[in-house]
Amino acid sequence: MNDWTLYEVFVRGKRGLNHVHVGSLRAADDEMALHNARDLYTRRNEGVSIWVVRAADITASSPDEKDPFFAPSGDKVYRHPTFYDIPDNVPHM
Amino acid sequence: MIAALSEEDLERHFEHTLEKDQRIEPRDWVPDGYRKTMIRQIAQHAHSEIIGMQPEGNWITRAPSLRRKAILLAKVQDEAGHGLYLYSATETLGADRTDLTERLITGRQKYSSIFNYPTLTFADVGVIGWLVDGAAICNQVPLCRSSYGPYARAMIRICKEESFHQRQGFELLMTMMKGTAAQRDMVREAVNRWWWPSLMMFGPPDADSPNTAQSMAWKVKRHTNDELRQRFVDMSVPQAEVLGVTLPDPDLRWNADRGHYDFGELDWDEFKQVVSGNGPCNAERVEHRRKAHEDGEWVREAAAVHAARQKERQR
Repeated sequence: MNDWTLYEVFVRGKRGLNHVHVGSLRAADDEMALHNARDLYTRRNEGVSIWVVRAADITASSPDEKDPFFAPSGDKVYRHPTFYDIPDNVPHM
Repeated sequence: MIAALSEEDLERHFEHTLEKDQRIEPRDWVPDGYRKTMIRQIAQHAHSEIIGMQPEGNWITRAPSLRRKAILLAKVQDEAGHGLYLYSATETLGADRTDLTERLITGRQKYSSIFNYPTLTFADVGVIGWLVDGAAICNQVPLCRSSYGPYARAMIRICKEESFHQRQGFELLMTMMKGTAAQRDMVREAVNRWWWPSLMMFGPPDADSPNTAQSMAWKVKRHTNDELRQRFVDMSVPQAEVLGVTLPDPDLRWNADRGHYDFGELDWDEFKQVVSGNGPCNAERVEHRRKAHEDGEWVREAAAVHAARQKERQR
């Protein structure tokens, strides 16, 4: 069991939605990971599609807010629609 | 890329996240105490789900109808699933689930005292669903707001599934209460045995629960043991009335001043005995888990060899 791989599991709840991370599991190989994910995370029709990804293959940013990683988007308020003043009498905008 | 922050800065940031009632997520810096407490709490919870498969699993082959058997199988499978969601959450804190299983089967980590009581009749399956799962829901609903994100998310899934567990138990008991006199006696006898152990599931009284204050400060616990126990009693009394059973407590009565039911003193000596390993089934439960783990060794080995061979062939 020691060398079974840790997999992260992503489930698409229904057509039209993105896959969402739901948790992890251990499996000997990809196929077993997929079967285990079905048994573990979709016992009540929670999904129409499953992705399993080896946890070691995921490259992640730090979730810490102080991380300067997200700073470049912080000072670009002009990327948001609310940055622009449009008079109330302009329709459909 | 990450600026070197001092321990104090990190601690302040952690506290600030809690103050804003935001969740702590896997790669966040946390104090050692928080990490240890969360691993212990989540692991004990995972162990409880896994050991909790045994008392009811006992009745799968002897369920009185195919309907009850299918329900019981689904329920016990859910308990396995709950254990796995929770082991998954511990791994986000750096724990290793093989190591946690080892700690369980060598008696170094505990699980809920309730699963050390035997299931003597099929009515026990119903009472476990009604009272034991009912108490678990009382405990677990506030944990959906635990400060540790992966634990809170696992609890949301678990609570949704526990609702089926409690309802199937209550329905089973209602069916038996409409049956023969012998069936009604079975229900009453099971309620008498499980009522007090169910109240003990909330843990020692607040005055005797040294970790509560720290856990509340870290928002990994939202209510004290006594608050939750009271809530459970208040919920259960009207349910017992509908069912037509008397809860085995002569001191149980409505207190209009408090707006709650008063109830008798729990046998804390019994609780301590069961927690420290001297309950009716402690040795049997751990031994069964150890045997299942060891009997599965060849399966794990075969799967690993198969995976290695498949990899070889793909090259």
